[in-house]
Amino acid sequence: MYKLLLCWRYLCTRYIALASIISVTLGVATMIVVNSVMQGFTGEMQNRIRGVVSDLVFESRSLEGMPDFDWHAGKIREVAGERIEALSPTVVVPAMLNFQYGDNWFTRQVDLVGIDQQSQSDVSDFGRYLQHPENRRAMSFDLRENGYDVRDHQTTEESPERKQLSRAGWEHRREKARIMEFQRQYNGVQAARESAPPAHPFAAHPIEKERENVFDPAKEQHTGVVLGIAMTGYRTSDGEDRFLAMPGDDVKLTFPTVGQPPKAVSDNFTIVDFYECKMSEYDSKFVFMPIRKLQELRGMIDPTSGVGRINAIQIKLKPGADGIAVREDLQNAFSAELYAVSTWRDKQGALLAAVDLETRILNLLLFLIIAVAGFGILAIFYMIVVEKTRDIGILKSLGASSRGVMGIFLSYGLLLGLVGSGAGMVIGLLIVHYINQIADFIGWMTGQPVFDPSIYYFYKIPAVVLPWTVFWIVVGALAIAVSASILPARRAARLHPVEALRYE
Amino acid sequence: MNRDDKGLGAGGSELGVRDSRAEGRRRVVGQVDNLSYGTTNTAFPHHPHPDQLRTIGLHKSYRKGQVVVPVLRGVDVEVRQGEFMAIVGQSGCGKSTLLHLLGTLDAPDQGEIYYDGERIDNLPAVRRDFLRNNRFGMIFQFYHLLPELNTLENVLAPMMIRHGVLSYLGKRGKYHQRAKELLDLVGLGHRLKHRPRELSGGEMQRAAIARALIAEPQLLLADEPTGNLDTATGVEIIRILRDLNRQRNLTIVMVTHDRSIAEQADRIVRLAEGRIAE
Repeated sequence: MYKLLLCWRYLCTRYIALASIISVTLGVATMIVVNSVMQGFTGEMQNRIRGVVSDLVFESRSLEGMPDFDWHAGKIREVAGERIEALSPTVVVPAMLNFQYGDNWFTRQVDLVGIDQQSQSDVSDFGRYLQHPENRRAMSFDLRENGYDVRDHQTTEESPERKQLSRAGWEHRREKARIMEFQRQYNGVQAARESAPPAHPFAAHPIEKERENVFDPAKEQHTGVVLGIAMTGYRTSDGEDRFLAMPGDDVKLTFPTVGQPPKAVSDNFTIVDFYECKMSEYDSKFVFMPIRKLQELRGMIDPTSGVGRINAIQIKLKPGADGIAVREDLQNAFSAELYAVSTWRDKQGALLAAVDLETRILNLLLFLIIAVAGFGILAIFYMIVVEKTRDIGILKSLGASSRGVMGIFLSYGLLLGLVGSGAGMVIGLLIVHYINQIADFIGWMTGQPVFDPSIYYFYKIPAVVLPWTVFWIVVGALAIAVSASILPARRAARLHPVEALRYE
Repeated sequence: MNRDDKGLGAGGSELGVRDSRAEGRRRVVGQVDNLSYGTTNTAFPHHPHPDQLRTIGLHKSYRKGQVVVPVLRGVDVEVRQGEFMAIVGQSGCGKSTLLHLLGTLDAPDQGEIYYDGERIDNLPAVRRDFLRNNRFGMIFQFYHLLPELNTLENVLAPMMIRHGVLSYLGKRGKYHQRAKELLDLVGLGHRLKHRPRELSGGEMQRAAIARALIAEPQLLLADEPTGNLDTATGVEIIRILRDLNRQRNLTIVMVTHDRSIAEQADRIVRLAEGRIAE
């Protein structure tokens, strides 16, 4: 009983010991914040990667691809059928994207992905990242009338509106067609004025007749494509997205055909939606279009059988299946010279490993900081034991055992550790909870934004608190506080009562 | 249990009531604490032994660097049951050392100490802790109260040491009652919540006496209890000890250098050059 009472009184009267525990508090708080933010980043990134990449990707190493999806799918199912949920064929080809804004043409280097719109949503979360609510429900390469999300549907927080998208769709297309028609007529009038009057007054008639068959941008669309949201736009420093081309606008895509030597073919397409997985690498790289059209344009369809070549198969595994084992099985079943099998982790291995390594090193460093705090506790505890020498003698003269005296100081250390790491836990969790407000405040104070949304493509710092991580951090800090008090407590326990009583 | 229930539970008011010393002695000695120390019954059985405390040829020396300074050179002393004995001697003659040895705070280099006929100087630490907590009460020249605790808590300290949290909390009310009675007895009933530094020297010594009595000891060891007090206060403290000895039949061994204080005792033993010189 006296142990509890005394160490409680020591805690309440000895503020210097509380000062020594501050470093533990700070260490615990920092560790919780770092781990939560890192976990948040990793989690967000994994989600995003998974939005494009399925569990496993079975690729042909050549751009020509493999001739027959059905045959390959059959063999894949034969090898690992019971572990596979769905398959989807794709064609991936490097391409050049051109789009026009005003009088200027812009060029982007992209990866053009031909997808099968029915099966694609079975193998990845692709549909979830589109901007039109209907497309998220059932993906289509037909342009929608309007109704694209003005507010980012993936964030619950206040994010700047994308006002431009309120006009996107057929509305925008008709408006643009009207302007272009007006400009064309205006230019025509200008040209007519400058040149000689037409030789025949009715010369315009056959031309108008001809235009009946001509593509009318106000009523028709080209083949639909889905662009990564970062491809045609930019983000202002306020975090607002601006688009130079948006759903309803036409773009040109140029890519190589199969066969030797490859020839570049080019065609017009209409943007039907934006794709945003918030992983800027993907959002500025991928263009999706219907696989059949791409096969046609590249000359991948066998003229006699009508079967199209493909160059990758996306595989979704059943829940709980081991991706690495399936990868190994598939790689063994197919020739490694011609086919590459990779898990989604392999695809972004370097990035994930870097984040992982960063987290570990930060944890190690922060834990060392807490360990350093341990030495501070040790020193201050020694001082307190010296100061309390006479009390220790008194307690022993009243019949307290050496173990009891040791217990006082050990429980004092434990109590200090509890106070320190408890406060650290509360502070850490508070910081995690208000991390974006704090980042904003620091940014405002220093004039240097801490978190620049235009780089990361998400508006706020993601943070995920894992209860077990917090638990282990607190346990580690407690262990350090207690072990730092072992030496002083042993010294206290070994004090000779007579010496201690004489001590003035 | 019976000790707690009857002993001092009624003890505060009992002070002037008990008339027969023999009966009192039988009750105090015969009651064995079986609360926290089950082996007590065999270790310290009740013998009607005339000498409650006896030493045989105690030697003790201290080492100061290379030099060995002998302090006690063969002390033989007997303390009888219910006796108020004073040990006098000049400063540095080893009085306090002898008292520490009697209180098992220190071990002699040579010689033996018997308590109720049992040898106690070579007991294991846990048994000596038990003796100090249950059988001996100690008061010191410098009072030695714990500065973090208030008067009442200081008095309760031995009981807190004896019991774990749960069993202490179970008996808290009773112990509080007893501590208050003891503080009333020593005239400190009005200063329960004061910290030691808010008390005068005399008040601190009274608190220390109350603390020494809370465990119902059979032997009170007092190391210069008046050494730091003015004469009037010292006389007052000695009067309290005197009454305790008379009315409760408490054996007291007091060490002092002051002859006039020692005169209050039943018997005076003089310690000179590390020996008893009667």
